[in-house]
Amino acid sequence: MSVVNQPASSPTLIQIDRLCKAYELTGRSGELINQPVLFDINLTINQREFVAIMGHSGSGKSTLMNILGCLDTPTSGRYLLSGRDVAALNGNELARIRNQNIGFVFQSFNLLKRMTALENVAIPLLYAGIGRKESLKRSQEMLTLLGLGKHSDHLPNQLSGGQQQRVAISRALINQPQLLLADEPTGNLDTQTSYDIMTLFTQLNRNQGITIVLITHENDIASYAHRLIHLKDGHLVQNEARLSS
Amino acid sequence: MNLFVIIGEALRALKLNRLRTGLTMLGMIIGVAAVVLMLSIGQGAQININNTIASMGSHLLIIVPGATSSGGLRFGSGSVRTLTISDAQAVAELPSIEATAPVISGIAQLNYSSNNWSTSITGVTPDYFSVSNWEIADGAIFAEADLRSAIRVAVLGNVTAENLFGNEDPIGKTFRIANKPFLVVGILAVKGQSLSGRDQDDNVFVPITTAQRQILGNQFPGSINHMLVQAKSSDTLDEAETEITQLLRQRHRIADKTENDFTVRNLTALATVASTTAKVMAWMLGAIASISLFVGGIGIMNIMLVSVTERTREIGIRMAIGASYQIILMQFLLEALVICILGGLMGVALGIGGAWMVSQSTDMPIVVTFNMIGLAFLFVTVIGIFFGFYPARKAAALKPVDALRYE
Repeated sequence: MSVVNQPASSPTLIQIDRLCKAYELTGRSGELINQPVLFDINLTINQREFVAIMGHSGSGKSTLMNILGCLDTPTSGRYLLSGRDVAALNGNELARIRNQNIGFVFQSFNLLKRMTALENVAIPLLYAGIGRKESLKRSQEMLTLLGLGKHSDHLPNQLSGGQQQRVAISRALINQPQLLLADEPTGNLDTQTSYDIMTLFTQLNRNQGITIVLITHENDIASYAHRLIHLKDGHLVQNEARLSS
Repeated sequence: MNLFVIIGEALRALKLNRLRTGLTMLGMIIGVAAVVLMLSIGQGAQININNTIASMGSHLLIIVPGATSSGGLRFGSGSVRTLTISDAQAVAELPSIEATAPVISGIAQLNYSSNNWSTSITGVTPDYFSVSNWEIADGAIFAEADLRSAIRVAVLGNVTAENLFGNEDPIGKTFRIANKPFLVVGILAVKGQSLSGRDQDDNVFVPITTAQRQILGNQFPGSINHMLVQAKSSDTLDEAETEITQLLRQRHRIADKTENDFTVRNLTALATVASTTAKVMAWMLGAIASISLFVGGIGIMNIMLVSVTERTREIGIRMAIGASYQIILMQFLLEALVICILGGLMGVALGIGGAWMVSQSTDMPIVVTFNMIGLAFLFVTVIGIFFGFYPARKAAALKPVDALRYE
């Protein structure tokens, strides 16, 4: 497929209006401290987009990512995912969205240590109610697709960082989500492996039309994306489209 | 998500920490084993008592001479022999009575070649053996005709036969009671202890007339120590008691408002009390044993709480890839349940083994019933759910973002 990215003409996947997030911390003397993290974020991400969110540590980018991934809820404002207001969903509906519509890739891979690569990839399918046999079969196919077909019975600690991240990506993709959220996916990888992973993301975005939102603080990683979003101290300070490299 | 998949995961998680799982399970194993063992010992005791009751004979009344007063002097129960063989014969005629067995008893020295043995001599009628449920192991009992001629024949209890004759076959042999020769005509089957703990097999039975005239003779001819009365059925026991009391008062010419000179005792009622006591004991033992099950349950809760804390990050990852509240809840609940049920299985095995060992080393019958095992399993499952639920709910209620961030 030779789909050219045309963000403006694709339907909206994510729409965030005036989103705020504050944490309530308990102070030393037991009083509640309101710690605001995100202020008035307005953001629209269309389907098939590849967006990088950048910012220093403490800028709120992980918090924004958690909210986008339905792992956390905003304090105020609205978050529409595929037109559905996430704030109105209960825990089980959110779990279903995380299972079906969103794939997560983490900096520390977050594979389950005591399970083989194959089993790790299969978990989202099992949670989706698919039988064990079928789940393992599909997972094997996915691992083969990502070049790990021979490593499916390895435990995570028997794999290199790049291989572990590929297993994590396989797991994120196994339920064919529309949205892939990657929180510094190359943070624990060497430069060459990082580029391999970014190339994989680019292919997924281009060939399968998966929307990717990526957090990074490295410019060369961000340069794979089509749009850069800068966060500074909880404010969205820059939101610019850049030409495909 | 398929339940079997979750059970598989639970087993895998438990296998990962064998020592911890094993120790937690040990609490369950010991608890269940204790419950099964205690209940089976209790049941065994009850069966023991029921056997003893059955060995006494069914729907029995026992009439003993009672307190008497004469000229303002009161004599204690049994001090005067007020009952006679003819009383027994009269009672046997009553409509609600099946049979009566008058008994006189005493102690005498027995001799056979170089052996001697002192035991109780019981003078009875042939009816006695059927009324009090004696079975003949060898030979025969004496007949009604032997009673009239008061001949010297004896039926020996098993223990007495062994002590006196050793390995010899006593039937047809002659031994001496108080230096008078007696012919052994029968050996009784083993009956065991009575409710009061007396060995019923250490006994010599001779015709009542022979006992009266030749061994235990006293100044009151025809008087007896007590009589057993068998009612027609257990329903007519009360009726029988009333009839007997009326008849004997009349026969003994007891004036109104004067005390009876005899006492009618209902043995079955006594036995029922003993049986109930045994049942209560069994349940009490079980209840005490179940405390250890409860303690084991607390151990499970404790270890599951530790496990939830340790695996917070895993829970976060699972939530991030789509585990619902119910799935996390089930995962941890099933881990607790698997510990309980596996522990329960092993506990039942250990309990049965223990019960078997007890039954081998004491000759008490030990009974393990399916009810007991079912009860133990029900208990274990309830404990698993009860103590597993709180940690599991704690795990499931974690916020995904907090769980993921947990180090």
